[in-house]
Parts: sequence; structure tokens; C-alpha cells
Amino acid sequence: MDWFNKKKKGIASTEKKVMPDGLWVKCDQCGEIIYRPELQKRMFVCHKCNYHFRVTSKEFSEYYFDKDSFQELDQNIKPVDVLKFKDSKRYSDRLKEAQKKTGLSDAVIAGEATIEGHPVAAAIMDFSFIGGSMGSVVGEKISRTIDRACEKKIPLIIVSASGGARMMESALSLMQMAKTSAKLARLADLGIPYISILTDPTTGGTTASFAMLGDIHIAEPGALIGFAGQRVIKQTIGQDLPEGFQTAEFLLEHGFIDIIVPRQEMRATLGRLLNLFWFFPQSNAAEPRKAPPESRQKEDAGKKATAVSSDNK
Amino acid sequence: MKKTFRVILDFEKPIIDLQKKIIEMEEYARDTGVDLSEDLKRLRKKADTLRKDVYSKLTPWQRVQLARHLDRPYTLDYIQRITSDFIELHGDRYYADDPAMVGGIGIIDNQRVLIIGQQKGRDVKENLHRNFGMSNPEGYRKALRLMKLAAKFHIPVLSLIDTPGAYPGIGAEERGQAEAIARNLFEMSRLPVPIIVTVIGEGASGGALGIGVGDVILMLENCWYSVISPEGCAAILWKDNSKAPLAAETMKLTAPDLLRLGVIDKIIPEPSGGAHWDHDAAAAILKKHLLEQLKRLNKVPPKDLMEKRIQKYAAMGAWKE
Repeated sequence: MDWFNKKKKGIASTEKKVMPDGLWVKCDQCGEIIYRPELQKRMFVCHKCNYHFRVTSKEFSEYYFDKDSFQELDQNIKPVDVLKFKDSKRYSDRLKEAQKKTGLSDAVIAGEATIEGHPVAAAIMDFSFIGGSMGSVVGEKISRTIDRACEKKIPLIIVSASGGARMMESALSLMQMAKTSAKLARLADLGIPYISILTDPTTGGTTASFAMLGDIHIAEPGALIGFAGQRVIKQTIGQDLPEGFQTAEFLLEHGFIDIIVPRQEMRATLGRLLNLFWFFPQSNAAEPRKAPPESRQKEDAGKKATAVSSDNK
Repeated sequence: MKKTFRVILDFEKPIIDLQKKIIEMEEYARDTGVDLSEDLKRLRKKADTLRKDVYSKLTPWQRVQLARHLDRPYTLDYIQRITSDFIELHGDRYYADDPAMVGGIGIIDNQRVLIIGQQKGRDVKENLHRNFGMSNPEGYRKALRLMKLAAKFHIPVLSLIDTPGAYPGIGAEERGQAEAIARNLFEMSRLPVPIIVTVIGEGASGGALGIGVGDVILMLENCWYSVISPEGCAAILWKDNSKAPLAAETMKLTAPDLLRLGVIDKIIPEPSGGAHWDHDAAAAILKKHLLEQLKRLNKVPPKDLMEKRIQKYAAMGAWKE
């Protein structure tokens, strides 16, 4: 293809870091210098411009789920370099480096948690592990999380933060798109809800599979969400991209996202949605489900049913 | 071999040169009446050996080039040759008809089939119309509409893959390229009719997989199928486009590699020298294999079909625990 040949340089990796280091942190968006402990308190959201920093899967699990409720499972599933893939580095070395840097075995953590008291099966991707790319381990762990939701009849939550399929696993990573989608079809046939949360960034094969197959799609503000990379699009069409292209707001406008929810309000919103779709006592669904505790029911009843809000934080 | 090619690949040159020499000698013999039959016989044999030799030693990059060969049969070329009746159907019913994705209903050996596939163009004009076989979301949605039609009327689906990728454009993103592909993966995994997928040329990434979930995945000999094109992979991992041949080597994107990895189920042989030498022969071989699969899959009850399909994909990947 011509548009491949026009390129002189390779595609540069993204400049935005996952959870920047140092005591003082510069906001990627507005340049504000922020004291790190303050930023941490605000869930890595800039107080000035509301920019949502990229955070790790561990942070997401703390922000989105009830305190200490996330129980990690399937930790023993580890990647292998079955293709003996080597570019400028060996894939096996890349894996080791990423594992050392992040303390994770691959780009997703999976398990169970509660959200406002509601049990869920959950998987959270981690962009700091080889760009959150989806290889066999990500596919398998997400598949098992879906299986768990099917078996236990509990809602599924997947938090995406991923550049797409992992090139170093070639066609095997591509097949993870089909694998996770097939499992989701099974979940859908059982009538169990799946909420997909799209964070910055969610692109490529991840978007073109499980991230876009939720019953509900929630995005964090400003998150980059799309299929093709912006550089590739620019080269193909030979013109600049419109402002705000492929942002969460752009996707909301075009009908692919249900709601954009700020990080600080995510847990409360998820709690309400889970209640409305699954745990609500008067629900007439065929499957028996755990009713929320007495206290939650009262709290829910007193809450406004309209706007997305954080009033129960 | 009376075909004239508009595109000659480097490694095909010696074969074509020899071919030309044979034709010249034939003409000379005919015009002058000189008996060259012995020499011709020898040369023809030599050409045959040479062709077999060259094509049996192809590197992955050479196979990528063959998969992209401008004279290679495309989806409609196969459809025309394997069906006795075919009506092309158009449109996704939401937005547009995507000429990069074709589909319709037809008869193959007294059986109804629904065929979908990406369609490339042979010249500039045709390629502008076909968008080089790169579908927009409406292409995937058209394919899905037709597949649901197939399910409604209990007709098996044949999917032919030949695309350099889903189209990366502004409109494609606005209309949800990712959602369209994801939806197809989801729906194809539970379609209650047999789906036979064949990679007939290029199988690039999600754009290919978007019509690529099935009960059995066949792949023609000289095709490639992977998560990204070798050029794209080279640009990202090697930061250098010219490393595409090396990327092709590394990516394990040829049919034999994919068979070993369990991504495809069967390799379909091509006529000697590749499908571009003889469209009719290539189509005949493909038809034979499709009929074989149809016969097998038509016996499987829909419920088992869907369950096995999900299990097939559930087993894909490599990890340790």
C-alpha cells in the first residue's frame, strides 16, 4: 500500500506516561505542576483541567471497586513466546522487562470484586504492560472472567486500557478478539449484564472486540477511543484530523458510548447501573440473584434517578 | 500458458523468460516448418521443473507478494466460477452499500449458499470504487445482514477473505469501524448455520477477522493472515518500513505456520505457480474443498455447531500456568 511507503520514520510511542514518577507532576494537558500526594487523593485527575491521567490496573481496582474487595484470580496464567519473536528486542526479554517494571504477569488483572456491595466478575487491563496489548494471556484471562460471570450469574465488568492486539504474538493475538467475543456471546445468551469501561487509550483490536460489545459502554472523560491509529488515518487520507477526533466525547456524539463518567464518580454510577439492571429486587428476570443489602436499598430509593451524580460518595 | 501478466514479480522472471522463449520457438517452428519438437519438449520440462522449484522455496515475503498479485483471482472471480447461479445483494440498510465488501446468494453444486467476501479492484479506477478491498463499517454491517439472512433461511455461509485491512478513515471511525467488526465477531460465533471461511489473498488484522469467524478456516497456499501487515509491523517494531520482508519472516503469517499454530484448519493447494496462473483451476480446487466441508458441516445440528465454534476459539492462544 502506498500509504505505508510514504512513512519515513516509524511510529513513535506515545508520550503520555502511566502514572508519572516524582513528587511534582506536570499535567499532560494543561501543564499545571501538581503535588503528587494531592493528585493521588484526586485519583490522578488534574484539579485544574480535569485531565484523567493514565493509571495502572491496581489504581483502577481501588477507584472503581469497594475498598479491598478486589480478589485477584488466575494469577498463575503467564505468557510464552511461542513464535520466538524478535524485532529490535526479543519478545521474551520484553516480557521479562515488563514483568519486572510492573510487577504484573501480563497486561490484565482479573478476579472478583464488589461495587457498592454488588458482586461482579472483573478484568482490568494495564497500559503500562507493553501498551496494554492483548495477547494470549489477556484473551485467556478475560475469557475466564466471562466464564466466571456465566457460572456465578454475576455481572461482568471489563476495564479497557489498551493499544490493541499484541504484535509479538501475531495471528494468535488476533484470535483473542474472536475468542473473547465468542465468550461474550455465551454471556449474552444467559442474559447476564456486561458493562464495558473504556479508558485512555482503548484502540485497535481491543476496541474491535470486547470493549465495544458491552450492554453499557462507559468512558472516562477525554479518553482516546478508536480503531485505527491517528497517524495511519492521517497518512491514508492525507489531511489533518478534526479536533477531538476519537475522544470519548466524539464517540458519545456518534452513538458508541452510553455515558462519560469522571473517575471520582465511576463507582457510584456503576453501583446504580448494576442495581438497575441486575440487583434490583423487583426485577422480573428469570434468574435468581442476590438482593442488595437492606441499607443499600434505602439509600438507592432516596437517590435521584436521573442525572449521573456522585452524591453517595 | 498463454496468459500475459501485467505484473511480474522478481522471482517469477526466470519462469516468464523461459515461457517467452518457448512461445518464440513454437512460432518459429510453425512459420518455418523446422522440427523443434525435441527442443521444445526439453524446454517445457525445464520450465515445469523451474516453476515447481521456485514456488516450493518461496520466502514468507514472496508469499505476501503473491497474495497481493494483481492477477490473482478475487472474490467475484471465484464466485463466478464456483456458483451456477448467483445474485449479488447490496447495502447494510443503515447507511450505504460498501463496494469493498460483496455478498449474495447462489447455488454451488445444487446447494444454496450465501457468499460474502472482500473485493479488490484490478486497476486504478476499479480500485477507487472498491477502495482497494478495505471495507468501511457499512461493509461489515452488510456482511452481517446477509449472514443473518442466511441464518433465517438455513443457508450455509461461505466467507472469502482478501483485504489489506479495514479502512482507516475519518468516516469509518465516526460510523464505528471497531463496533462493526466486534459485532460481527460476536454474531458470527453464534450464527446457527455452518460458516466456512477461506483466506484467498490478504488477511490483514481485524479487517479480515471481521468476516473470519467460522466452523472451519481454510487458507490458499500463497496467502498471508496476521494481526497487522508486514509493513505496519516493521514501521512500529523496527521503526523502519523497509524491514517488511524481515517482519514477514518473523510474524509467522504463511499458511503452514498458521496451520501449526491452530489458527487455520486446512491449506488449499493452488495450481502450479500460484492461483494467478490459472483462475479456473484455482476455483475448481477451492470448490472441491468447499463442497467437502459443506457435506461435513451440513450434518452437524445447529446447536452443536455453535458450541463447537465457541470451543474452537476458546482453545486459541499460547500461555503457561
